[in-house]
Amino acid sequence: MALTDIWFLLIAVLWTGYLVLEGFDFGVGMLLPVVGRDAVDRKVTLRTIGPVWDGNEVWLLVAGGATFAAFPFWYATLFSGFYLALLIILVALILRGIALEYRGKLDDATWHRRWDLVIVGSSAVPALLWGVALANIVRGVPMGADHEYAGNFFTLLNPYALLGGVTTLLLFALHGAIFLALKTHGEVHDRALKLVPPIGLATVVAAAGFLGWTQAFDGSALTWTLALAAALCLVGALAASRFGREGWAFLGTAATIALAAATLFTTLYPNVLPSTTDAAFSLTTVNAASTHYTLTIMTWVAVIFTPVVLAYQGYTYWVFRKRLGRTDIYQPAEKVTS
Amino acid sequence: MDAIDLARWQFGIITVYHFLFVPITIGMSALVAGLHTAWYRTGKQQYRRMTQFWGKLFLINFAIGVVTGIVQEFQFGMNWSSYSKFVGDIFGAPLAIEGLLAFFLESTFLGLWIFGWDRLPKKVHLASIWLVAIGTQLSAYFILAANSWMQWPRGYTYNSATGRAELHDFGAVLTNKVVLATYPHTIAASLLTAGAFMLGIAMWHLLRRPGENGSLFRPAVKLGAITTLVAAAALMITGDIQAKIMTDTQPMKMAAAEALYDTSAPAPFSILTIGSLDGSKEVWSLKVPHGLSFLATSTWNGKVEGINNLQTAYEQRFGPGSYKPNVPLTYWTFRFMILAGVLTAAIALLALWQLRRQRKSTKWLIRAALAVPLLPLLGNSLGWIFTEMGRQPWIVFGLMQTRDGVSPSVGAGSVLTSLIVLTLLYGVLAVVEVFLLLRFAREVPAETTEPSDPEAAEPAFLY
Repeated sequence: MALTDIWFLLIAVLWTGYLVLEGFDFGVGMLLPVVGRDAVDRKVTLRTIGPVWDGNEVWLLVAGGATFAAFPFWYATLFSGFYLALLIILVALILRGIALEYRGKLDDATWHRRWDLVIVGSSAVPALLWGVALANIVRGVPMGADHEYAGNFFTLLNPYALLGGVTTLLLFALHGAIFLALKTHGEVHDRALKLVPPIGLATVVAAAGFLGWTQAFDGSALTWTLALAAALCLVGALAASRFGREGWAFLGTAATIALAAATLFTTLYPNVLPSTTDAAFSLTTVNAASTHYTLTIMTWVAVIFTPVVLAYQGYTYWVFRKRLGRTDIYQPAEKVTS
Repeated sequence: MDAIDLARWQFGIITVYHFLFVPITIGMSALVAGLHTAWYRTGKQQYRRMTQFWGKLFLINFAIGVVTGIVQEFQFGMNWSSYSKFVGDIFGAPLAIEGLLAFFLESTFLGLWIFGWDRLPKKVHLASIWLVAIGTQLSAYFILAANSWMQWPRGYTYNSATGRAELHDFGAVLTNKVVLATYPHTIAASLLTAGAFMLGIAMWHLLRRPGENGSLFRPAVKLGAITTLVAAAALMITGDIQAKIMTDTQPMKMAAAEALYDTSAPAPFSILTIGSLDGSKEVWSLKVPHGLSFLATSTWNGKVEGINNLQTAYEQRFGPGSYKPNVPLTYWTFRFMILAGVLTAAIALLALWQLRRQRKSTKWLIRAALAVPLLPLLGNSLGWIFTEMGRQPWIVFGLMQTRDGVSPSVGAGSVLTSLIVLTLLYGVLAVVEVFLLLRFAREVPAETTEPSDPEAAEPAFLY
């Protein structure tokens, strides 16, 4: 296996990690007003992701940094080409981070209500747009021999990509609902659980359509297998949720996201950004890559430090493994409502 | 304005903005970790309250540093794709390593520190904040190594077949003498920033209500002032080393910092110049004879090259064109950077003296307390504007000019849109951040005791 292939795989893994982890953060954010009907429940809801969301988002930064280091031409063409879409995502991620961190700083209902609105919007927008972006990467973009993006913002809003966006939006909402059911008890838990079947059904339809359509680009036995496995995991997650096996349900949606990402990246390989103008102009793992020397150094760094990162991120999840409920939220004596 | 000017303005605005928060994060994480250690070792409530008070302010600041950092990571590809392609083989590695080693460490352990309050084993809780502080140091080192490569490229070869710079010695990138001097200078500046931040707020409390909350704010004034003074000394020493390295690696930047047009031996250090800076006429100036020679070469009569001579030399080396940075800008940013640091240190000295003598509070001392956290922010910004503008017209010194680095596929309209959107957003964030900081800086933390039932305790940092 060439180093360029290893790095394609590693970047796929980083994106997968990001989508699986921040996927439920986005879901929790989107569902905030639905599952959290009063101030205390909304605190319970946000507390489930409080200690971990920032660490989850770092997966994106490392995926971006690794793309820059391992495939500079991919990074350069993609980020300049998807300019305005990325700008919208960046604005949403900035607002979201600030909202999550600042919301709890004051105990004031208006303050909370405003930040809650920001959290919902800034969770839904990237959940949709990441799907649009990934779908466009797989589908390919207009690009000439100079490897410069030749389309515009609206080129990205094609039906296939929009379906991809709807799929990630629904999948993350489902992932978030199942995560909330796993991490809470009481009313938040019950409301989250009730959301699983309707969102789940819509997700199945969108995901089946999207992954099926994906096969049209560079389908193979492997991509069909991965897509079918994703579909099976999704159905399995819904079934597990129905029978109260919340841990299994969560593993199910996590596996669905991972397998869907695997389907996309397998379809993409060995391209990293196909050209719809002429296949000869496509960016590939070879012509977009850094030198062998740089990739060797990066491989050593990744081999040594990734397990360490996984260990301490895992530890965080272990520390905060307890289900949360209303009694975990500090309430001044006169305000206790239960 | 065309795309290149807009892209440069955007880079300047969002990077200077990001770096308002970064030094506070680097410095305060160390100071808060120190206070937490004092609490851990003595068990005194005084230190618990101090950790909580300064920790809260640290977190408000940290959040903006994090979210504005996302843009930093993406903007090279967005606005500077030609640059990214040209340097990616070298420049991308430190950025990726920064993410893997530093960002994960900071974000994960900060989450543990915030939410693990009264829940984690005490030792693990203390280790969490130290790991955050270590993460900020790692982050600083790798990003400065990347920037230092732009100032003085090492460990690369230019490959004419691929048309890009390619890495052949990563060790040379990490031990570039520019980063070896810039890193300690930046850390010293961060400690000065955090020291002044703590000093200003604590002093304000003591002066406003003398005799109250002394146990909380007197040690903070002391810690803040001493940190500031030690950092100021370190800034002078590292700055002096940097100047000598700069004379060697980027003589044009040094000459521009001094508006020294003609090669001189000895060269005087110009403190102030009134008149035109284009070298044609000087109305009045105040100079220290031999000063620049000593600063730049460590010898009394050392030769320092002037802008005009360097321009001629560069034209021979790189071809026709202007190789002069914006001289008035480099000249004044260099001076005001130093002035900001000196004023900060002077206020810290005064504060210590005031603390010792128990003198009555005066209006101007309160004003000094309000000004002192802002001065280092100004100094940090001016320092970076000087460093980056002094390198112009180069984006990578000697290898690529800034105008060649922009994204060919991004039009001026797109850059303008993002410039406006991000500037407005950052403006709103600044208002919210300052509002929260002022609110929590004013609030004296309540007496707390170790909770008997940790599960029922109010979280130290509301969420």
